[in-house]
Amino acid sequence: MSESTALTIDWAGLAPLVIVFVAAFVGLLVEATVPKARRLPVQVALAVGALAGAFVAVVLNADKSGPVFSLGGTGIGSVIVDGPGLFLQGTIAILSIVAVLLLAERRTVRGGDFVAEAAVVADSAADVEQRREDGATEIFPLTLFAVTGMMMFVTSGDLLTMFVALEMLSLPLYLLCGLAKRRRLISQEAALKYFLLGAFASAFYVYGMAMLYGFAGTVDLAGINAAGVSSGQPRMFLYIGVAMIAVALLFKAAAVPFHMWTPDVYTGAPTPVTALMAGCVKVAAFGGLLRVFNVGLSSSAWDWHLILTVIAVATMIGGAIFAVTQRNIKRLLAYSSIANAGYLLIGVIALGDAVGQTMFYLAAYGFTVIAAFAVVSLVRDGDEEATHLARWAGLGKKSPGTAVVFTILMLALAGLPFTSGFTAKFSLFAAALQADELGLVIVGVVSSAILAFPYLRVVVLLWLNEPAPDAPTVNLPSPMAGTVVAAGVAATLLLGVAPGFLLDIVDQASTFLNT
Amino acid sequence: MNELPLLSALVAVPLIGAVVVASMKREHAAAARWTALGFAGAVAVITAVVALGFDYADDAPWLQFTESYTWIGAWDLNLSWGIDGIALLLVALTAGLTPIAMLAAWRDLDAVQRSVPTFFALVLALQAAMLATFLASNVLLFYFFFEAMLVPMYFLIGSYGTGPKKQYAAVKFFLYSLLGGLLMLVAVIALWVNNGGVFDWATLVESEPLAAGTLQNWLFLGFFVAFAIKAPFFPFHTWLPDAGGAAPAAVAALLVGVMDKIGTFAILRYCLPLFPDATKTFAPWVIGMSVIGVIYAAFVAIGQTDLKRLVAYTSIAHFGFIGLGIFAFTQASATGAVLYMFNHGLATGLLFIVVGFLTLRRGSAQIKDYGGAAKTLPLLAGIFLFAGLASLSLPGTAPFISEFLVLFGAFTENEPVAVVAALGIILAAAYVLWMYQRTMQGDRNPELDEVPAMKRDLTLREKALVAPLVVAILGFGFYPQPLIDAIEPAVDHTLGFVADEPADLPMGVSNE
Repeated sequence: MSESTALTIDWAGLAPLVIVFVAAFVGLLVEATVPKARRLPVQVALAVGALAGAFVAVVLNADKSGPVFSLGGTGIGSVIVDGPGLFLQGTIAILSIVAVLLLAERRTVRGGDFVAEAAVVADSAADVEQRREDGATEIFPLTLFAVTGMMMFVTSGDLLTMFVALEMLSLPLYLLCGLAKRRRLISQEAALKYFLLGAFASAFYVYGMAMLYGFAGTVDLAGINAAGVSSGQPRMFLYIGVAMIAVALLFKAAAVPFHMWTPDVYTGAPTPVTALMAGCVKVAAFGGLLRVFNVGLSSSAWDWHLILTVIAVATMIGGAIFAVTQRNIKRLLAYSSIANAGYLLIGVIALGDAVGQTMFYLAAYGFTVIAAFAVVSLVRDGDEEATHLARWAGLGKKSPGTAVVFTILMLALAGLPFTSGFTAKFSLFAAALQADELGLVIVGVVSSAILAFPYLRVVVLLWLNEPAPDAPTVNLPSPMAGTVVAAGVAATLLLGVAPGFLLDIVDQASTFLNT
Repeated sequence: MNELPLLSALVAVPLIGAVVVASMKREHAAAARWTALGFAGAVAVITAVVALGFDYADDAPWLQFTESYTWIGAWDLNLSWGIDGIALLLVALTAGLTPIAMLAAWRDLDAVQRSVPTFFALVLALQAAMLATFLASNVLLFYFFFEAMLVPMYFLIGSYGTGPKKQYAAVKFFLYSLLGGLLMLVAVIALWVNNGGVFDWATLVESEPLAAGTLQNWLFLGFFVAFAIKAPFFPFHTWLPDAGGAAPAAVAALLVGVMDKIGTFAILRYCLPLFPDATKTFAPWVIGMSVIGVIYAAFVAIGQTDLKRLVAYTSIAHFGFIGLGIFAFTQASATGAVLYMFNHGLATGLLFIVVGFLTLRRGSAQIKDYGGAAKTLPLLAGIFLFAGLASLSLPGTAPFISEFLVLFGAFTENEPVAVVAALGIILAAAYVLWMYQRTMQGDRNPELDEVPAMKRDLTLREKALVAPLVVAILGFGFYPQPLIDAIEPAVDHTLGFVADEPADLPMGVSNE
């Protein structure tokens, strides 16, 4: 009889999480034991190795479907291994490897773009001192902790596990945002802003979770879904709970009107961290949204469909219109990421019909945006990044290679055929039309047309304007950032020309485990 | 029928050429020019082989030389190519006009610090995309190239154009076309969702069409607006004068001569067979737009002070005739409209190229900077007049036949419309002749004598490149029968979807 109450753990299913998590702790030990001069290569190797290992573990789990923990043969839904979860974990692992390489770039800024302590008063004596030192390597374990949180976020089967994952991915990110070596004050402001608003979002989440527990008597997503049909509790609990949870998740996803932090944080954070947020965190946030709405709230779709549609429309139109007025490349990309969040929300609203296509969009967009931020980190005015768009004028004359790459990325973001931007939009919009979301698709298309204008203006600046005499230089060769750019562009073109293999994968991996 | 993948080659050869030329060093300008011309020549040769192997019989299959290779199976997106008589004419036009445009731009870049290999690579890439849109027999494949062709054209206008507004013109061109394209994308996806996931054109045409009604109307509009912007039809035309005025003259010849035909070609290829009921529903509106376009654009053309913008406006008037011809749904008018597309490419292409000769010599496209120029440039002035007369459809030049067929066909359907449109012919005479008079005749502008280049008449290269166009305009003016033989079966197939009763061709032109 003792058999029946024993906790069994599917270690293989848990392996991706465990590998990254353990590596993060090993990274902390490395900080304490390895001499400073040798830390960087050790940390990079550790991080990349762990993420690659996690990816392999994900691939080995490919056929798996079921809860990781079970008590006496009955599954506990805290961590679920299923198709979407595995695909998103794999995507996060790969994108994180790319982002880690960007974090490791030490050529563009001597000693790296990071300081060791975020909280030192900006421009104080201690701050000046720490800026002189070689960049901190604590960023790698911090990143691994955040990645563990992301991977857990997309596989959480109940709201409580999801909350732990949410905090785990958020806290290291708050810190990472404040570590920029240049423009310390802006970096600290970004970190504080992100932290405060993020804390509010977490509070909303916990409150919403309590409401849903009151409604359903469980925090298990599948249980909540069942309660949506059968619960005798007042339905108001459900509405409030869904609204609160959605606020927290949409905050992380940067949907209008919860997007206010995005431009400031994207601009203030060190660019490699921005790339990590725009690429990987977006995957995690939408992975979570997909799971919560598909597994937990599909039975109450009528209750939230309208409000989420309004938010999606506001996000698509708002992001695109604000992007038009931007003069700073990082803010431009921030607003573009907001608009893209709107397109992805179409996929969330379309529910089961569009899960695979939403995941494809996430993967395609992640590569493109990380490569775009990598290019941003390469174009520099002396010590600082030349983020003001006017400074990019005539880059095509001075550095044609970089300009060609950035042009491809801009055209991909604008959704031109033969780039991943087109295939992703096509498959997502097609799935949404199949789910009868014609109105959202039309808004998405109009938003894409508006958004093409700012992208095109960047292309005009790159190629059709004369460079200023003191135009910024492109810091080459930068082996790490160069690799990142190459990988991002290769993925952008590959998924644009031959997306078949990935479409097949997402097609097979698009069913959530619904228990 | 034919073992060789000729149509794939038609797309692949210029594409490979673009890559080869783009990878050449900036210093090797001469080599880049000749290489590009070589690839364009190869395209012309392949086109000739296709034209010779094409079956012109009335009972021949609609699409010939068909090929198909799976690309993205999940979307029914295949590399499917096929050619009908209409496409054959336009492919021939593209293949013929591209090397001529290259030769016309041969020395354009000497004065400015611009990369010659990049320019010719962009022209080849543009050619590949244009050919692909004519040859694609898969709706999504067509869409891919329909959108992709914006990129090379954008750079050709924005980077190699002339005048202070070239960037504005390039961005306007891109955004207009992109907006149209994205609306079309929604319609493309909706079509795909509603027909069970089919993009193959032949399958779509053979299967039961969508039920007449709201859905079909919206899908038609999604496609039509994209094509109307591309063509451009009034009132979607405002990008063309800017783009045509800013583009280098040789590129403008390709833009107006070939690229704009993709809009009217696609209306025939996609709107009529796929959405026959909606096409009939909207036909009166389109005819109204076309007639307004004919008259309005002609008046605006008369008022232009810039030669390139003037020619651009004349094209908008001509596209009004093409729209009228297509949507009158008679065999004569539709045949005329297709013939018009081809002849307009020859005549306006020639006109743009000659204007390019003039502006390169004078350094200005403003009409007021000329005056009495014919005195020192007799031969150039003669060609200019010839191109202008062809453009106003003088009998004996090829465009006359097409304009006559359009008006004849339209007259049998709707007399008042044809009568109003016929006014466009008179207006065309006004803008062409007045343009010629102000630039070439009258009192000589004394400033011209200070420009040495204005005393150099046509060079050998320039003579060589206008000669084929002059010969073609005259030749097809007197003997259009081969063209009509190529067009008619495809037009019959297309009109079969919309026409209530077959209309007869006027005597003398009918197929004997």
